Amino acid sequence: MFSYYVALALASMRRTPVLTGLMVVALGLGIGAFMTTFTVYYLMSGDPIPHKSDVLFAVQLDNWDPNSPPTESAEDVQPQLTWQDGLNLMRADTPATRQAHMYSTGAIVVPEGDDPPFDENIRGTYQTFFEMFDVPFLYGQSWTRNDDEARASVVVIGRELNDRLFDGENSVGRSIQLDDQFYHVVGVIDHWQPVPRFYHADGTYRALADTEQVFVPMNRAIDAQWGPRGNTNCWKMPDENLPLFEGFLQSECVFTQFWAELDSPEQAGAYKDYLDNYVRGQKEIGRFERPLNTFISDVMEWMDVNEIVQNDNRVLVRLSFLFLLVCVLNTVGLLMAKFMGKGGEVALRLAMGASRRHVFQQNLVEVGLIGVLGALIPPAPPFPSGSGSGRGSCPG
Amino acid sequence: MLEMSQISKVYRTELVETHALRELDLHVEEGEFVAVTGPSGSGKTTFLNIAGLLESPSSGCYRLDGEDVGALNDARRSRIRNAKVGFIFQSFNLIPDLSLADNVDVPLRYRGWSGAKRRKVIGEMFDLVGLGSRKDYLPSQLSGGQQQRVAIARALAGQPRFLLADEPTGNLDSEMAEQVMQLLEGINREGTTIVMVTHDPDLAARAQRNIHILDGRASDQPMPAAAVVTKLEARREAAHV
Repeated sequence: MFSYYVALALASMRRTPVLTGLMVVALGLGIGAFMTTFTVYYLMSGDPIPHKSDVLFAVQLDNWDPNSPPTESAEDVQPQLTWQDGLNLMRADTPATRQAHMYSTGAIVVPEGDDPPFDENIRGTYQTFFEMFDVPFLYGQSWTRNDDEARASVVVIGRELNDRLFDGENSVGRSIQLDDQFYHVVGVIDHWQPVPRFYHADGTYRALADTEQVFVPMNRAIDAQWGPRGNTNCWKMPDENLPLFEGFLQSECVFTQFWAELDSPEQAGAYKDYLDNYVRGQKEIGRFERPLNTFISDVMEWMDVNEIVQNDNRVLVRLSFLFLLVCVLNTVGLLMAKFMGKGGEVALRLAMGASRRHVFQQNLVEVGLIGVLGALIPPAPPFPSGSGSGRGSCPG
Repeated sequence: MLEMSQISKVYRTELVETHALRELDLHVEEGEFVAVTGPSGSGKTTFLNIAGLLESPSSGCYRLDGEDVGALNDARRSRIRNAKVGFIFQSFNLIPDLSLADNVDVPLRYRGWSGAKRRKVIGEMFDLVGLGSRKDYLPSQLSGGQQQRVAIARALAGQPRFLLADEPTGNLDSEMAEQVMQLLEGINREGTTIVMVTHDPDLAARAQRNIHILDGRASDQPMPAAAVVTKLEARREAAHV
């Protein structure tokens, strides 16, 4: 009987194409709007690395302007560190299992042959990045700790870039040119796209960005004087007596991200103490003029600190649900009008031996078919609802 | 075949109570051709709805084929309706966007027969009403008389033992009406019981028995066979002239 009901539903829909079209469009709009906002909300509120999100901690140190409003929570502290603080922590013997310092930068990739050069985002980081975040490798592996210390010209590239430059072949051992330097490929990572991109989730826009296709040792990136791409916030001007890039590195400008792997609450407590002591030490040399404010936040706490799921998103989900409800109610009204008009056919079918259950099932199939058609209207593509964290910033 | 005793039907609203049938007693034997007459509002339609199991009586006993059908649930009533009762309506009531074959197929779908069996029966029904070449037409492509013949084919497709006809010739001219009546008489001769509601005394005279409903009560008015023969002959002569 189901195929019979489907045939009857299609005939009924052909009989009233305008009404059917209205219902399908109304449902399509409602479902599209709701699913779009809900998908963004779902993705942004999900755990991007569930198996170890509780042992990965983002680090915040409050090095900001002493005249700024007092700090009450992690949300009030800059989400990034200065290059100097990150470097100090990487060199120190901290209680952390691992630490990773990183920043977002970029350079021109010059392919072999006649292909034109193109710009590529780069993440300057340490070899610990790949272990901490369980980055999957397609070929090779990450560079070594020695490479970090030796500021080696090595590179890990992403699968997409490997496909583009090397037709997907194992490129370990080959070289790519970034700006005017050649970098030795030591590894190719497989598709890896944590959502949100928690390790640099500075605002909704960046949290939805693609992972980089080029990773180089941070020390090497600094040597190449690749400037930061991303929020760079300063509360006082760099020392003008130093060369421009050197002055920027030594300044109180924050543009790097710092993560620590802490396997137990005790380890986390000890690490927090270490950070406090580090800041106290820095105070003695005239930095960190504000009260002691250090924070460590695990991945999900970090999503809250960065307001990855903003209140706007939640309101939008509720509003789009109400819109869907209005669309459904309108469709119900149209369907009722349509089915009321079919009273004669219903009475006839009852006289021919149909039970009320048969008639209900027949109408239910028609309703279901309209619902399916409504759901098949493709929704608008998801779009980021904001482009920054809302904190003050200046171009880097 | 059909036994109604002390059947009453009351429609109640907040303001008014309408007695459509009042303690109606009615009996139809198997194979009979009965005409039900009565003025508008006398309760004929309510009688048809109860006889066809589309409505339940408010009180009284209704036996169809020996089975008390007054208090059955909807599923059981629809099964009996599908198996034993055929309906013919004044305005044909063909579904306009289904082909003629699909219209005749409607009661068979609820019978649960296989596609092959349904197609065979549909073919036989179209041959019976003389429209075998037009199965794939839409109702709008036929005349009124042809549409009523398709409606009769639909009513007979499920091989019901009991046919309820509500003014079957009411929307037809006299020539078409005569064709439809001859078809119904032929079906009755084959053994199908027919109860026909009509306003037309000429048509009522062609039935074996007349039942007159007035103010919700029935009175039996047997029609003398001689009168029927006389009326039939007069009509045939008129048709030949």
